[in-house]
Amino acid sequence: MLAYILRRIFQSAIVLLVVGLVAFSLFRFVGDPIDNMLGQERTQADVERLRETLGLNEPFVVQYAKFLGQAVQGNFGMSYRQGRPVAEILMERAPATLELAAVSGVLALSFGIGLGVFTAIRRDGFAANAIMTLSLIGVSLPTFLIGILLIYLFSVELGWLPSFGRGEVVDLGGWTTGFLTPSGLQALILPSITLGLYQMTLIMRLVRSEMLEVLRTDYIRFARARGLRDRAVHFRHALKNTMVPVITVTGLQLGSIIAFAIITETVFQWPGVGLLFINAIQFVDIPVMAAYLMLISVMFVGINLIVDLLYVMVDPRLRGDSARGH
Amino acid sequence: MTRTTGLLTATLLATTAMAPFAQAETLRWARAGDSLTLDPHAQNEGPTHTIAHQIYEPLLIRDMTGAFEPALATDWAPSPDDPNVWVFNLREGVTFHDGAAFDASDVVFSIERAQTEDSDMKELLTSIVEVRAPDPLTVEFVTDGPNPILPSNLTNLFIIDEDWARANDAVEVQDYEGGEETFAARNANGTGPYVLNSREPDVRTVMTRFEEYWGMDQFPLDVTEIVYTPIQNAATRVAALLSGEVDIIQDMPVQDLGRVAGTDGLDVRTAPQNRTIFFGMNMGAADIETDSVEGANPFADARVRQAMNMAINRDAIKQVVMRGQSQPAGMIAPPFVNGWTAELDATSTDVAAAKALMEEAGYGDGFSVQLDCPNDRYINDEGICQAVVGMMAQIGVTVNLEAMPKAQFFPLISNRTTNFYMLGWGVPTYDSEYIFNFLVHSAEGDRGSWNATGYSNPELDAMIQSLASETDLDARNDTIAAIWEVVQAETIYLPIHHQVLNWGVASNVAIEVDPEDQPKIKYIALN
Amino acid sequence: MADLPRTGTPAPAAPGRLRKAWDSDIVWSFRHAPVAVVSLVVVTLMVLAAVFAPLIAPYDPFDPGTLNLMNGFTPPMEPNAFTGDTFWLGTDDQGRDVFSTILFGLRISLFVGFMAVALAMVLGITLGLLAGYLGGWVDTIIMRVADVQLTFPAILVAMLIFGVAKGITPPELRNEVAIWVLILAIGLSDWVQFARVVRGATLVEKSRDYVAAARLIGRGSGAIMLRHILPNVLSPVLVIATISLALAIIAEATLSFLGIGAPPTQPSLGTLIRIGQGFLFSGEWWILLFPAATLLALALAVNLLGDWLRDALNPRLR
Repeated sequence: MLAYILRRIFQSAIVLLVVGLVAFSLFRFVGDPIDNMLGQERTQADVERLRETLGLNEPFVVQYAKFLGQAVQGNFGMSYRQGRPVAEILMERAPATLELAAVSGVLALSFGIGLGVFTAIRRDGFAANAIMTLSLIGVSLPTFLIGILLIYLFSVELGWLPSFGRGEVVDLGGWTTGFLTPSGLQALILPSITLGLYQMTLIMRLVRSEMLEVLRTDYIRFARARGLRDRAVHFRHALKNTMVPVITVTGLQLGSIIAFAIITETVFQWPGVGLLFINAIQFVDIPVMAAYLMLISVMFVGINLIVDLLYVMVDPRLRGDSARGH
Repeated sequence: MTRTTGLLTATLLATTAMAPFAQAETLRWARAGDSLTLDPHAQNEGPTHTIAHQIYEPLLIRDMTGAFEPALATDWAPSPDDPNVWVFNLREGVTFHDGAAFDASDVVFSIERAQTEDSDMKELLTSIVEVRAPDPLTVEFVTDGPNPILPSNLTNLFIIDEDWARANDAVEVQDYEGGEETFAARNANGTGPYVLNSREPDVRTVMTRFEEYWGMDQFPLDVTEIVYTPIQNAATRVAALLSGEVDIIQDMPVQDLGRVAGTDGLDVRTAPQNRTIFFGMNMGAADIETDSVEGANPFADARVRQAMNMAINRDAIKQVVMRGQSQPAGMIAPPFVNGWTAELDATSTDVAAAKALMEEAGYGDGFSVQLDCPNDRYINDEGICQAVVGMMAQIGVTVNLEAMPKAQFFPLISNRTTNFYMLGWGVPTYDSEYIFNFLVHSAEGDRGSWNATGYSNPELDAMIQSLASETDLDARNDTIAAIWEVVQAETIYLPIHHQVLNWGVASNVAIEVDPEDQPKIKYIALN
Repeated sequence: MADLPRTGTPAPAAPGRLRKAWDSDIVWSFRHAPVAVVSLVVVTLMVLAAVFAPLIAPYDPFDPGTLNLMNGFTPPMEPNAFTGDTFWLGTDDQGRDVFSTILFGLRISLFVGFMAVALAMVLGITLGLLAGYLGGWVDTIIMRVADVQLTFPAILVAMLIFGVAKGITPPELRNEVAIWVLILAIGLSDWVQFARVVRGATLVEKSRDYVAAARLIGRGSGAIMLRHILPNVLSPVLVIATISLALAIIAEATLSFLGIGAPPTQPSLGTLIRIGQGFLFSGEWWILLFPAATLLALALAVNLLGDWLRDALNPRLR
């Protein structure tokens, strides 16, 4: 078991290094930061000097090595755009994204499971079919359009909810939260719906199909035969058995929540890391892009590692199969 | 988003209670981008200067008509004794936000700071050899030759407090090697009408009125608190204005003007901007790679350039793409600029004559060429390029449009790897010399850095260079006119239009649009 | 562990059963699913409209020479104030006929969608078969890469690929290759699901007697994979492919919002929506509504087909 864990950690580290290398080889295709950093009166000499200072005329492998050398010491460099340490900027922006992702996740899980169970129990009912079809609308339009339509309806036409930003937030020792003020909570509504819609549909469909399968098993038939009420059968027995795949999928969907957060944050001017990344791309802010990508990779490789390890712990039979395939 | 802690809130309440004006008039203000830094010498860039103008002040500023207005200097003139010296008399009784007194040593310190290598403002000050303070209220600028337009280079050159900078280790401008941000990047101590209250970059900057401001009696100064929040997405920005979440927006999409103007309680304020949009063509190369012509460069033929110029229907672009919000241009200088004339700026469209010219030049069957165009820099840049693609098609020029973000576009011009491109140019000095230096002079030495056309005319270069030290203004203006003659005759650029600025504001906010797109909140009166 | 039922996709049916199901049950199920029938009709109509767009469309919106800028912003069914021309669904900001532009945009969106899914499918199936059948370090490498890719935001992957492709193509070819770059970007970000499912199914099939028998009679690995294992994993692949098609079409639209979609002179449905959303407040509703409705109808129909297919091909649910 220990050997397996160590091997997986080693593999994950390699993966991270490769992701970083690929990322660095790509930055120069995003554009050239120099023109963004100097005003229109700049001379060729200024351009050369800044390029030299930033180390941009060095091969990307050298740039990457330098970045790694600094990064292991916890220094991610200075943002080209803001002239501030990148680590500080990321720490400042992370709470916004994490809170948005958490609220979206909770929305997606609660509505997804609720509607999933409903549509499974009333499999052929009109309401269930209508929900199944309607839920697809949410995944049949691009996220940015859904966001803008929500703004149009709820901010401009109805004037109920704010169209941008996080509202009033409270600083809890470096962590800014929008959960403690009315305007902070209001500001969360539209972005989290926009972001959670896709996951909700996915979870709903997954719960439905898992439920349908479980409801057909002998286990449930016995439960019914024992005279248990429908309610008890559905929730205490059937739903419980669908939870493992639902939780797994939700965990792995974190990736797409973060990805779509880029869009959602841009539409709602949500001051999280996604918006930061988009701004970094537009400015070719290489240190910010590099740190963001590394952060995301560490997070995802970590999630993967944990998910896999949990599986192994739950079911030791998988151990041989997982790593070798034989 | 505001950060509040119990303590901070208590302090704020206390200060508000003590303030003489209990009634807070907050102005909520949004535009597409944030100021990059509060360090006034680190970035020569519009949004950065805009915020700096609230907190800091230069010696002189431009008002809404583009005319000079005294700020920290009360008057200025070339020295009667030495043509190489400008003398500025400073305002008395000015204090910085922290209470320190302002005097000539702060000006000397700030100019010298702005001249250092890491400063982005240094190119505007290259002619200055020495700055000296003969007495606490006088500053003398010694230039390397007579410089008649020196004051125009100082309108965005902000003065900071020498003692404050030294005390906070902010003597040097931000450089990227250090690994630490300069104190001045997120803290500010100016003489301007508003005091920095809090700032979260990209999110929110809050400023409150400086009650000791020297101009309290001279300007409306009705706004007591400014809350500045960048909103990047255009539709969201307009939505925030329509829903009443902000009071003023810049960078307004032209298509939404009607909606905003038609909404109760909202107005659109419009004024011509100091920026001209035009196209450039690589005419210097013997052959270019991005066209269909082998062994020759169609742009090298002045007739082709003229034909293209005549084929562009600027009125249609104004009408449809710009929704009437542009001023069709026949020259690449906006009307504010010394050297602009109505005759040169006149436009006409004649597709038949353009076709004839193409025929005459031997391109009757046309050719194809690639056009590089930014899609996130100028107002409707991509739409203008698309429209021009259609107009070029009418004279047989097949244009392949390559639209890209500015981070990829501007390197094409810097590296001279584009053969047909769009560019916009503002003239902060309000003088044609600035245009000639960057866009017309051959690309050599410090001049011609934005001239990607490959156009090179030694005779013209000599005339351009002579402008810098010509003290006889009439003779200088004659030279400027002569240079424009050549620029127009050679069709070095294809002018499209002068941009028009639109701000969406709440009706009670009385403000005139500033041609530099830099609202100065001290001018705002609230009705 | 990658063969665990993470995605909730049905396990492949036994060989003979699938064929039988295809012959009878599927058709039966289809005839009794009106939603599926309607969806299929919608998808078919759209594909036909896209294929024959040059014949159906009254204008060629991709030919800038035929455009009259003064026709811009003409409302549907109303004559233009300057030119007097009337357009069925109005015109956009460049004076392009919206109806024709939608047909041509549909063509690009569908082409990008189909090709991207095909690419993802070929790549995913090949790598999945290899990983499952060969195992060992091949498996480890493929599945580790898949892990990263599955969790790494697909849009990011697509953005990076788009950036590189733009950087390495010579400028004069960029417009021509832009569509292929999109296909590559979306396809490469979407192969993992296929690979995981195929690998899982391969692991199951590999241990069955018929594969052992094939090996005994001396069949090569390649032949076994292609002839014996592949046909048995096709049904989950088909389900994933359908849903991926909808996702790919939406992904293209999302990329265009980030400014990395189809070129503005050859807009896809996504590009049209990106342009149209700018006119949401200004009253030119037709520039957004018609392309958005077309995209919605297309994606919805494809999703509904995928839904039905998933249920119909999953023998345990019938």
